[in-house]
Amino acid sequence: MNRVNLSVGIMIIWVLGSLIGQWLPLDVNQIHLEAILKTPGADNWFGYDDLGRPVFDRLLSGSYTSCVVALTVIALSVSMGTVIGTLSAYLGGGFDHIITRIIDIFLAFPGILLAIALAGIMGPGIDNVVIALSVVGWVGFARLARAQTLSVKHREHVIAAEVMGTGRMKIIFRHLIPLISTPVLVEATFGVASVVIAEAGLSFLGLGVQAPDASWGSMIRDGTRYMLVAPHLVLIPGLALMTVVLAVNLAGDRLRDKLDVKMQINKSGV
Amino acid sequence: MLRFILARLFSTIIVVFGVACLVFLLIHLVPGDPVDMMLGENAQMADRQALREALGLNQPVGIQLLNYFVHLLQGDLGTSLHSREPVVQILAERIPATVELAIASLLISCLIAFPLGIIAALNKGRAWDKTAMGVSMLGVSVPNFLLGPVLILVFSIYLGWLPVSGRDGLVSMILPAVTLGTALAAVLSRMIRSTLLEVLHEDFIRTARAKGDSYYQVVIRHALPNAMLPIITLLGLQLGVLLGGAVITETVFSWPGIGKLTIDSIMKRDYPVIQACVLLISLTYVVVNMLTDLVYAWIDPRIRLGQSS
Repeated sequence: MNRVNLSVGIMIIWVLGSLIGQWLPLDVNQIHLEAILKTPGADNWFGYDDLGRPVFDRLLSGSYTSCVVALTVIALSVSMGTVIGTLSAYLGGGFDHIITRIIDIFLAFPGILLAIALAGIMGPGIDNVVIALSVVGWVGFARLARAQTLSVKHREHVIAAEVMGTGRMKIIFRHLIPLISTPVLVEATFGVASVVIAEAGLSFLGLGVQAPDASWGSMIRDGTRYMLVAPHLVLIPGLALMTVVLAVNLAGDRLRDKLDVKMQINKSGV
Repeated sequence: MLRFILARLFSTIIVVFGVACLVFLLIHLVPGDPVDMMLGENAQMADRQALREALGLNQPVGIQLLNYFVHLLQGDLGTSLHSREPVVQILAERIPATVELAIASLLISCLIAFPLGIIAALNKGRAWDKTAMGVSMLGVSVPNFLLGPVLILVFSIYLGWLPVSGRDGLVSMILPAVTLGTALAAVLSRMIRSTLLEVLHEDFIRTARAKGDSYYQVVIRHALPNAMLPIITLLGLQLGVLLGGAVITETVFSWPGIGKLTIDSIMKRDYPVIQACVLLISLTYVVVNMLTDLVYAWIDPRIRLGQSS
């Protein structure tokens, strides 16, 4: 239970830190020439980067980037994916066939590759990162929603609604989507973790935020050039990234166990 | 079995066709005119026209698509805008490095994942299990572009044991392969654990135990071989993690493979090369998955019989 509280606590700090950082008087782009590459010490906990900018302020600013990108991408992917997947499974026939093929084609691009290609071709910038990650992200949710809908669309309450003449759209939004929302929610939690990594990855490759804006990924990339003299430039944003991803993943694991009815029956049965 | 092979081949061909179409469409996603993006806005009219013709962008989209497929079937991927060499030749130079790296990472991930997964499964719920799964969760949460620099920091800069980057002999392969292999190992060890746990509940395990085989004999002779089948399929699917991760890992270590070529071409706006790299990586993934499915069906009659009935 403690571990869950810890990971939820980290997630709250991440979101609050991102929001509060927006109206704190931060020196994100303020250059302190005397402090170039200064390592963390008693008076400054996080040190300064290669241009003399305070790492702590940039960390908060980067946190905002990752938070906004992750929440936007997940909101877009989940809503598009769930509606398309549910529609596909419920309507069936030729439409379902086409959607299934499209899903297969998108899943044929391994990992982050399609997002890299999309972001690379559309040109660098955080807007294009959000577009690229959403274009790739809906597919997983569509596949999940489709599979879940297939298993619940013959339930009595759906058939009852059909017999009573309820419209298809109403059945989908009132009777199917609420029923499949649990696994989608669990998947969305893991989705947040992978989008945080993906955004940082694209920014690391130089395809995400552009200088002087901060992202954890671009901070790590800039830091690798000064690793010998100032390893904190890689380690601090890296640790922040890892902590958030780990917390989100652990929360997702826990959520899955908690919501998994089958597992709970097994436990009480023993 | 033949019907299964044909059905699987057919769906693979459709996916390959779709992937090729999507890669073709990539260049049309460039905001504004791709020729402007490549040459800059101050380019001469004649240069623009020449490039447009070289890329075939002056023709209707339908004709472009047709030409693209005709060339693709002839193994012609176009010419690099940057070095003017045929793209096929550029790819051929880079393929060995990526294949080497992929095989080394696969070996490393198996070396990490099998002991970790087996230990966790055999000690389910105990401290060993929790430690192994904690390590694997950590592995999932550490991205390549963080693990890579940290490994360089420790083993190349502080200890000075291994080269920082580049491809120069076996030694230089260790860090990139470990970086890439760790991500895969983290996922793989979780799968090995859960598959093995399922198998351990089967009746034949109890029978083997009742016959008097020792616990470890049962695990090695009966449980592992039966758990291998799903693990092999999952390994095929996880190859995607490896191929996708290779793009970032190769960039971190300046490893001269297909992944680094992709990023370099993105930076140079060399669209034909970007398209070819994406196509090559995805097609490899699709074909490997098809082969895994076929091998699985060949070994396990339940799959192919279930399919045809």
